[in-house]
Amino acid sequence: MSPANHLKRRCLLIQKQGIRAGTVRRSAWIIAGAFLLLPGSRAGEGPFFITYTHQMEEPGNLEIATKSLTGKPDGGNRFLGAATEFEYGVKAWWTTELYVDGQATGGESALFTGYRWENRFRVLPREHWINPVLYVEFENINGADKSLLEVVGHDGLDDLTTANSEARREKQREIEAKLILSSYVKGWTIAENFIAEKNIRHEPYEFGYAVGVSRPLALVATPDRCTFCRENFQVGVEVYGGLGTHAGFGLHDTSHYVAPTLGWTLANGAMFGVSPGFGLTGTSARFLLRFGVSYEIAQCGRATRRLFGNSGGSQ
Amino acid sequence: MRVTLRAFIVAAGGLMVAGSSVRAESPVHRAPARASKITNPLDGNEQAPLAGAKLYARECAACHGAAGAGGGKAPALTQTEVSSAAPGTLFWVLRNGSLYRGMPSFAHLPEPQRWQIVTYLRTLRPNATAAVKPNR
Repeated sequence: MSPANHLKRRCLLIQKQGIRAGTVRRSAWIIAGAFLLLPGSRAGEGPFFITYTHQMEEPGNLEIATKSLTGKPDGGNRFLGAATEFEYGVKAWWTTELYVDGQATGGESALFTGYRWENRFRVLPREHWINPVLYVEFENINGADKSLLEVVGHDGLDDLTTANSEARREKQREIEAKLILSSYVKGWTIAENFIAEKNIRHEPYEFGYAVGVSRPLALVATPDRCTFCRENFQVGVEVYGGLGTHAGFGLHDTSHYVAPTLGWTLANGAMFGVSPGFGLTGTSARFLLRFGVSYEIAQCGRATRRLFGNSGGSQ
Repeated sequence: MRVTLRAFIVAAGGLMVAGSSVRAESPVHRAPARASKITNPLDGNEQAPLAGAKLYARECAACHGAAGAGGGKAPALTQTEVSSAAPGTLFWVLRNGSLYRGMPSFAHLPEPQRWQIVTYLRTLRPNATAAVKPNR
């Protein structure tokens, strides 16, 4: 190829990339604008990143959230795992969620790692001192996934340090079940999750747990619409880890983390969360930082139906 | 064998009828009598309805409307059934919801905030805008 042609091709490529970057930027602004215009509601299930409570999504509401995780494991490169969550309240007792996962690792690559589809069913119709919820999830991710939305079996440092080019070849098509138990006691939220996961190929059942406690800084709401009042902040702590497999159940060679959490809800309902996590065993990463934002679009289903010409709404 | 089958069908039919009547009944009527005896600890607190209005706008207005007039399947909260209900009954409904009728539980809100909403709900009147407006 002549130098002139090469230069021409290079200019075209730069132009194309510029257009693509412009389109992405424009789309981001449109999405951000739509978020501000759509009716909002209080988002999130408290400040937890890993632990589920028995709070369900309100029927017809759509919550969009990001859950990101960054860390630099010993012997590995710094990474950023990101999961984008779309949570919809089908019924007051049934919430469904779709997660789309990706990650970027310094000095390696950025890649889409797969998706998860989960459903939560509230078992008892009334509030009790302890409230069970059944959780069923199908995940189709690859071994390079670093969102660490749960720790099961013997998950550990190896999963975070394996090179993307190698890890992405491992397919993880898994069914995961959780028993969620949670309670609200005098302003405190206390939740316990028991996890069982099975790769649908011939792999053992893996087990894990997550426990969380949280509380808002103030239980009484102020009359004014405010951003920095204490009622808008929730603090808590999560502890989670693996419990081995059915062949080797227990704490041997498993990872465990303790993670203080902070959630801050803005006046428009958007919620920001941050949670530094500290590894408790030799197989855990020493330090992980989680952060995320969530926004709930109230009565998204009704708005969508209206968009398609059906004025009838349902709750 | 036939008797067992017939008994099973009758029992299943009975359960379905009982279930449908439970679903049709308003949550206010389903609250146990003992709930109505619980008094509102924020009764007489001037700030409570204002804070309740703010919480209502955030938690309830999307379904029940900004002034409580209802919408879709969400009933109007301006009905006398609501304004005349005992505070404890409304508190019970907020805590438990009515999951099969589409009303979620609001137990995740701290108790004082639920009482603030109850205080506000009792200010709603039929064919009128809310007596208390949230502060801006």
